[in-house]
Amino acid sequence: MSAIKRPPVLQWLDDRLGLPAVREFLAHKTVPRHRYTVFYYLGGMTLFFFLVQVCTGVLLMLYYRPSAEEAFESIEFLVTTVPFGWLVRSIHAWSANLMVFFAALHLVSVYFLKSYRKPRELTWVSGVFLLFLILGFGFSGYLLPWNQLSFFATKVGTDIASVVPLAGEWTMRFMRGGDRVTGATLSRFYGWHVAILPAITTVLLTFHLLLVQVKGMSVPPGAEEEAGQRPPMKFFPHFALRDLSGWIFALGVLAALAAMMPWELGEKADAFAPAYENIRPEWYYVFMFQALKLVPGGEIMGIEYEAFPILLFSLGGLLLILVPFLDRGRSRGWSYAGMVALAFVVGMTCWGYGTLVPLYIVFLTALLLAVFAWITRSTEAR
Amino acid sequence: MEIHPLLERRRFLNWFLGTSFGALAISVLYPIARFVSPPRIAEPGTAQVDAGTTDDPAFRDKAFKIVRFGADPVIIVRAADDDYRAFSATCTHLDCIVGYQKEHSRLWCNCHGGAYDLTGRNIAGPPPRPLTPFKVNLVAKNDGTSTIVVSKA
Repeated sequence: MSAIKRPPVLQWLDDRLGLPAVREFLAHKTVPRHRYTVFYYLGGMTLFFFLVQVCTGVLLMLYYRPSAEEAFESIEFLVTTVPFGWLVRSIHAWSANLMVFFAALHLVSVYFLKSYRKPRELTWVSGVFLLFLILGFGFSGYLLPWNQLSFFATKVGTDIASVVPLAGEWTMRFMRGGDRVTGATLSRFYGWHVAILPAITTVLLTFHLLLVQVKGMSVPPGAEEEAGQRPPMKFFPHFALRDLSGWIFALGVLAALAAMMPWELGEKADAFAPAYENIRPEWYYVFMFQALKLVPGGEIMGIEYEAFPILLFSLGGLLLILVPFLDRGRSRGWSYAGMVALAFVVGMTCWGYGTLVPLYIVFLTALLLAVFAWITRSTEAR
Repeated sequence: MEIHPLLERRRFLNWFLGTSFGALAISVLYPIARFVSPPRIAEPGTAQVDAGTTDDPAFRDKAFKIVRFGADPVIIVRAADDDYRAFSATCTHLDCIVGYQKEHSRLWCNCHGGAYDLTGRNIAGPPPRPLTPFKVNLVAKNDGTSTIVVSKA
């Protein structure tokens, strides 16, 4: 390999950074080929949207002013007067939604392909925590425009915490920075959104990606024979270039969505106006929102009924984290449970919106993945 | 069995260092925990507010109006010509702000579909408790209208 003399600058860097080891690692890294290979791209796609969020978020910080008096006006100024301000904000909003979507899709595919099995339990656990962090980003970022929708979403979201016995009251005040949703809440959410969550995410994401590199891709049960028969794909350049072309395509989709469907700003938050009709949280919270609507008022032994769905969803989150440690056998039970959970989430979302569109989106996504799998399959023979 | 004096000393030092680190951690974490817990600020008590007059166009259009009562919203509903009622406008379910539906004669929360009747009682949907009622006094003015005065019940 070292037969060709390297330029002195590169040699100088190699001596100090130990790059040959990295090059060596990349040269030998491969990705198994089988009928589910397409699912390997979903994590990378989520990462792409995260990077877009970092870049557009930093740009938005240059104009945004986090106070109840100025937040709404600063974004109004941003989208009406700042050159391309509308574009940056719209891309940030759309990319946020697509990031949640792809993180969820990544989770669902990893779940059903059972990629969390030994020795990748910690990759799964860190991934689930990353999803929770993404939802935290969504929740905290939602308030920042200080409009009616975000104001009520935050009132409800933080009040939910107060329903939890014992620690609820403290948690609610901790999140709100006081008893009510005010400018103090906005300051806090801003701090979480631009400093605390990014710091935690950076550490956890590095850990997650390192594990993926060190442990390699998991071959799902049922595709082992196929993966054994076909030569694996080299990660660099073949897989990386496919990843990259996906990213460029995603950037195009983002720009199109942002340009054709710019994100609305709505009306400024007013603590003395009733919630408007058909008020709803973001789509990824709608299934929980619908469940909360269905629970009647009342209390049993001092615990309000609304605490039960909230505790159940928390339990669901905990179960999700623990899946690799609970699913130890070869039985299909966990796959069936996953399908029931998925059907519940999609069904409740449809009910919450009063339309079947969420179901169509699920079908469309499955169709697109199948098409993409077919395209990549036909070219990989070379 | 005789314990080697060195071992004993090491055990003591380990214990000593361990507890010192524990104490150090507490002395750092305690102020942080207190710092992030928002202080409770005493609010000036509000006994009553002047909520405008009965000829407010809001009553003609929507038959309700929301006013500030200290830092909290209070809803005033015109149930009949000279029958004004006031309640806390904060839904007892999850803290949203309720409105009034004239056609159904009920207070209604758009967030999760909670309904209250004109006495503030929770009658449908998820709210666990009734709305807190406020007292309404109408003070007649010379022009035939009245000033609405809302006070704690």
